[in-house]
Amino acid sequence: MKDDFLVFDHVTKRFGALTAVDDVSLTIAKGEFFSLLGPSGCGKTTLLRMLGGFERPDSGRIYLEGQDITDLPPDQRRVHTVFQNYALFPTMTIWDNIAFSLKLSKRPKPEIEERVDEILEMIQMSEHAWKYPNQLSGGQKQRVAIARALVDRPQVLLLDEPLAALDLKLRQHMLIELDAIHDQVGITFMYVTHDQGEAMSLSDRIAVVNKGKVEQLDVPAKIYEAPASRFVASFIGDTNFFSGEIASVEGDYCTIQTEGFPAIKAYNDKNLSAGQRVDLSVRPEKIRVTLNPPPPEKGASINVFPSRVQDIVYQGVYTKYWIKAGDLRVAALKPHSRFLLDEEKITWNDDVFVWWHPDDGYMVEAK
Amino acid sequence: MRDVSKSGKAEWLVTMPSFLWLAVFFAVPAVIVLAFTFHGHTANGGVGDWSLSTWRELVDPDYPTIVWKTIRISVEVTFWCILLSLPCAYAIARLPKRWRALVAGAMMLPFWTSFVVRVFAWKTLLHPNGWLQACYLTWLRVCDWAFDWLPAFLQKFLVWAGLASAGHVDPAMSTILDSEAAVVLVSVYSFLPFAIMPLYTAAEKFDFSLLEAARDLGAKNFYAFRRIFMPGVRQGIVSAVLMVFIPAIGSYVIPQMLGGTECVLIGNKIFMRAMQNRNIPHASALATLMAVSVLVPMGVAMWWKHRQEMRDRRRLDVRTAQLMTGGEGQ
Repeated sequence: MKDDFLVFDHVTKRFGALTAVDDVSLTIAKGEFFSLLGPSGCGKTTLLRMLGGFERPDSGRIYLEGQDITDLPPDQRRVHTVFQNYALFPTMTIWDNIAFSLKLSKRPKPEIEERVDEILEMIQMSEHAWKYPNQLSGGQKQRVAIARALVDRPQVLLLDEPLAALDLKLRQHMLIELDAIHDQVGITFMYVTHDQGEAMSLSDRIAVVNKGKVEQLDVPAKIYEAPASRFVASFIGDTNFFSGEIASVEGDYCTIQTEGFPAIKAYNDKNLSAGQRVDLSVRPEKIRVTLNPPPPEKGASINVFPSRVQDIVYQGVYTKYWIKAGDLRVAALKPHSRFLLDEEKITWNDDVFVWWHPDDGYMVEAK
Repeated sequence: MRDVSKSGKAEWLVTMPSFLWLAVFFAVPAVIVLAFTFHGHTANGGVGDWSLSTWRELVDPDYPTIVWKTIRISVEVTFWCILLSLPCAYAIARLPKRWRALVAGAMMLPFWTSFVVRVFAWKTLLHPNGWLQACYLTWLRVCDWAFDWLPAFLQKFLVWAGLASAGHVDPAMSTILDSEAAVVLVSVYSFLPFAIMPLYTAAEKFDFSLLEAARDLGAKNFYAFRRIFMPGVRQGIVSAVLMVFIPAIGSYVIPQMLGGTECVLIGNKIFMRAMQNRNIPHASALATLMAVSVLVPMGVAMWWKHRQEMRDRRRLDVRTAQLMTGGEGQ
């Protein structure tokens, strides 16, 4: 695996007064499934369009396999895009849509036929080859769009929110299919989405983008468990923030004195010393909610707070509680791995205990 | 069932006025014209008894030439109009929305002046002492000088388009006014809005992200324009061709005022027979002849297209059947 397969080198792009992409540097490995994740308008699509050749950066360079492609027009880079609206050619059959890039690169006819038929088989669309795009369903169009972009084996495949137009069930199905296709072709995928679930389940690595800057670049688990900023922590999944000041440090752990909440014990992974301010993030599913306090031998080393249930949302797989603890409203998630109806039910206004291990909190920002 | 018949009745009521209009002002006159062709004419300009004499008179050796010339010039005019209006429509459709309405409106501006007045204005513009004539002469001289070096197909094209003369002709003898070139030029000028409008309407509905997709897949700009944009606005092109070709076929004001003796078209002949010779049946026969010589090829083309479509559909069915039974097929 070559690590510097695709390089964004200090790329900046402005639209008038707006800086869409602000001095971004990225390095993507060959064969990687790489995601750009961020809210709409964060600059992720602009990054993708610069790689596709549809926008030119104001400064910085883009290299693909060592070649500077910054100024190449779209037709001269072997980078193909799967567009959000598919952009299939309505006047051509599915077969001709897929053969489009092969015909342009002047391959011999038998080779074109072989490769189109082959990829049609891969996406299980052989029997639809002579139909027109408007005769297909959303999911089928999606598969054709992917096949059309993949058939002449580009160096990078760009996917611009490819699942956004599909309904939930189909999206989940396509997610698995996309993953399978990536494994099969071994081409570098660059995936743009605002859906953290898609990014988490597909990507080797994710770049979380906000206001034109990369906030964090890491593997999905790291992004989720060890977010680099308040923005990343809140954008990816749910979380509870506790802001406060380090009161004391005890070995690897520390005590944080928070506003409106009792003191919290946390793992001091940032090696902060007493007096420094910090934001602590605790994911809802890390917080346990019980009617009885945890056993005392456990209770000594963990965070336990008596509190009261305010809101409950039952989701089948889990129940989400909003709990009034101190002055704060804390979200907690309780997965149901056992038959729920046999359990002693927690209900509105119950006095409960919330507790979590100090290791389960993560310091996102020290100030 | 009752609902269907009710809505059917309502539909009839709504479309009735248009039907009546078409019947009174189109169908009935067309039948009358056709009927006139089977009459003789009287010396004082009236319509005579039933006879085939008019059709016999039509065997004038001049007519096939004139019909052919009319069709040829109409095709030329249509060709230039489409060639010019395609990029125009593309450009207008890509303008910001606010500008589009403005430009489309500006295109309609000439229609505020009478057509005849505008054609007459060209008479002045193309006058032998005018600056357009001077430009044309310069162009001819350049062509004359460069002609032998140009590739053969370009030579043929220039001659065909009336932009160069086949032999080395004295440029001083070549005036634009009272020539075929003037008729083609002013026809293109007059009919261009009729070509741009339907094309622009089609282009406005065209999804321009398709061009980006084509570029992305390796197509050059022009290739994307030709293979994606042009098929995408096919309906607009068909309308534009009809909108230009049909009035061009019947055109007589332009050749009358700018064509001189060199460019007499079927429209002028019909006008002459009807107004000067006072021979209404003869004029009717000419009009019928012209209509038939346009409608028959169009009918054949439509039949051909229909047949092709049916064949495509059959091909799809065969292919699907082959795949269902697991057979290999192309």
